[in-house]
Amino acid sequence: MKFRVERDVLADAVTWTARTLPSRPSVPVLAGVLLEANTDGTLVLSTFDYEVSARSSIAAEVDEPGSALVSGRLLAEISRALPNKPVEVSVDGSKVVVVCGASRFTLLTMPVEDYPSLPELPDTTGSISGDAFAQAISQVTIAAGRDETLPLLTGVRVEIEGDKVTLLATDRYRLAMREVSWTPASPSVNRVALIRARTLSDVAKNLSNAGTIDVALVENGDIVGFEAGGRRTTSLLVDGEYPPVRRLFPEQTTTHTVTSTGELVEAAKRVALVAERNTPIRLSFSEGQVVLEAGQGDDAQASEVLESTLVGEDISTAFNPQYLLDGLGALDTPFVRLSFTHASKPAVMTGQDSIDGADHAEEFRYLLMPIRFAS
Amino acid sequence: MSRGPRDAAANRDWGGDDSSAPILHVDMDAFFAAVELIDRPELRGRPVIVGGQHRGVVLSATYEARASGVHSAMPMAQARALCPQAVVIAPEHGRYREVSQAVMRILGEVTPVIEPLSIDEAFLDVSGARRRIGPPRLIAEQIRERIRSELEVVASVGIASTKFVAKLASSHAKPDGLLLIPHEASVSFLHSLPVGALWGVGERTQANLARLAIHTVADLAHTPPATLNRLLGNSAGQRLYDLAWGRDPRPVQPVRQEKSIGHEQTFATNLSGRAEMAAVLLDQAHRCAARLRAGDLVTAGVSIKVRFADFTTLTRSRGLEAPTDVAHELYQAARSLLAGVDIPPGGVRLLGVRCDALSDSATTVVQARLDDPGEERREAERAMDAVRARYGVNALTAGSLLSVPATANRSGDLN
Repeated sequence: MKFRVERDVLADAVTWTARTLPSRPSVPVLAGVLLEANTDGTLVLSTFDYEVSARSSIAAEVDEPGSALVSGRLLAEISRALPNKPVEVSVDGSKVVVVCGASRFTLLTMPVEDYPSLPELPDTTGSISGDAFAQAISQVTIAAGRDETLPLLTGVRVEIEGDKVTLLATDRYRLAMREVSWTPASPSVNRVALIRARTLSDVAKNLSNAGTIDVALVENGDIVGFEAGGRRTTSLLVDGEYPPVRRLFPEQTTTHTVTSTGELVEAAKRVALVAERNTPIRLSFSEGQVVLEAGQGDDAQASEVLESTLVGEDISTAFNPQYLLDGLGALDTPFVRLSFTHASKPAVMTGQDSIDGADHAEEFRYLLMPIRFAS
Repeated sequence: MSRGPRDAAANRDWGGDDSSAPILHVDMDAFFAAVELIDRPELRGRPVIVGGQHRGVVLSATYEARASGVHSAMPMAQARALCPQAVVIAPEHGRYREVSQAVMRILGEVTPVIEPLSIDEAFLDVSGARRRIGPPRLIAEQIRERIRSELEVVASVGIASTKFVAKLASSHAKPDGLLLIPHEASVSFLHSLPVGALWGVGERTQANLARLAIHTVADLAHTPPATLNRLLGNSAGQRLYDLAWGRDPRPVQPVRQEKSIGHEQTFATNLSGRAEMAAVLLDQAHRCAARLRAGDLVTAGVSIKVRFADFTTLTRSRGLEAPTDVAHELYQAARSLLAGVDIPPGGVRLLGVRCDALSDSATTVVQARLDDPGEERREAERAMDAVRARYGVNALTAGSLLSVPATANRSGDLN
């Protein structure tokens, strides 16, 4: 194997492909990145840890086709540190030699035949705009669980119905739901899958700038694949039956309030400074205003009054400040609508474009459970 | 019942000046046994032991039984061997609590400055009651008389200038006695006692002290503090030295916040089935939760205690996601802790559930869950509390606790 490639191209490809490699793999070969130089002038880099696979394909001047397995971490570090000149990579016996300008590295190789074969990427189910997908992912993953003892909740429920994709995530304290349209390969496609939130966040971060992302999900399959700009990644789905969370959204609400998103974020951040761990920020909505308060008794206290419109009865409730700010931060509209049924029941957060707008955007909904007293 | 070393000679007249001795230690005599005798007067004068029927330990014994060498915490088998003629009665904790509450009510009428130490003893500071009722000794006599005539049980009372000496005095006054240690007699009283009478001096410390030929409180009081510190550590050495000279600055603290609430049980035969163990944990979780609710408390941490056949004892603990007073949530935590314990073939002889990190439910905030099952469970369990309060503890229980051995569904889960 012998090929030449631009340093930036190599560094980007190796960095992305090796990004999920474990530092202490169960089997040494799993720390490797597989390099395959093909006669058609492509270099394919692959990694796989039996859960996540990554494969990127870049153009290279291939002198001798062939393959080699080297430490992904080391190759990534080396390629990022090389001078900005063409890089020549070749196999010399049991070593891989990397030459760039006056720099020369030799890397140990691992046996290619011991490397597991990557899962096949299923047929494309549909494609979606990278920007739209990235935004939708960032809006729902805020609500995904981080507790690895509840693996089900570390996933994002993805429901595909024709040209509509719905993403749902919850950590049991809040629930985020986002609907986004896409281009299905077949107009009647129906899929349901539970994808790790961190897999999706990684897709949003690393694949969304390529324009369009192809998504591959087989019915009742156990992996999901994403492909964009010569890079593809697969990931095992989270196993298990996701709870029927959609029904947690109230069918009707009796009171709603509309407040400037930016002002509420700023005020909530200020007031939350005195809210100690696990203590709430209290919101009291009445005609024309909302009062934000935190702290009680002998502790530090803060309050702030904001303009807000109210439709329905006055309502006071209390939220975890971070959960409130997470939801507000996910909105991309100038105004936020909070809809209530009861102070002790979850509130629905949606966005809207004007303070008196009767219509509010429903593609993104965030359900937030209040904090209550234990008694 | 107190098993601290006593010296019969110390139960004598130490003087009648109670002007500087406002601290009372009221300690019920053979309390559980005495309560049983209220309902079974025909057993009066006979040796009676309250405790587990088979493998448990002695919880309480009448003085007739103690005369045969029976004492609390003694394995029941040993107690039966020492006193085969004794009547053994299974404990009825609800009844003891009732009588205890009645005792505490009587004490509460004397002064609000009352610090219950356990179900059957309390400290009182009667400084503020002198004017209204009289000197401490008179107050102590009245308390003893009211408890005897109204409740048909017996309390011994120690009167002294400090909590420590008052407690020692009550233990020397027993049974059915009263001992006043005037302030100026405190040191002579203390110095007449064996060193094991000091708080915190158990067998190990006694053995350590014996190597320095310290056998009595007087010996200890005349040992340089530096020597004690070297032997026992700085804080323990200094504390014992102070106690030996009657220095005990701790005031009677009216409200003693409970630090933990727990229930444990030793089994007649070792349990080896997970489902049976789960049933026990569920029962104990319900008992703990009822006590939490009765005290308007919530807990944020659960631990279990498991003792194997070979007496190896493990505790495992975990924090709860949110503070709670719901048995179901305590049970879930306890069961997952038990799931992490490898049970040896001999099974377990003791299981216990304990709740700590307690806080007042009125001021504790909880991030509720969207699928919060707690609210309904709490309502259901509060309803159970109400039924039990009215019709007794056995009136109502969780369905899965009805049959013995417990029924369990396929996963060994109980609800």
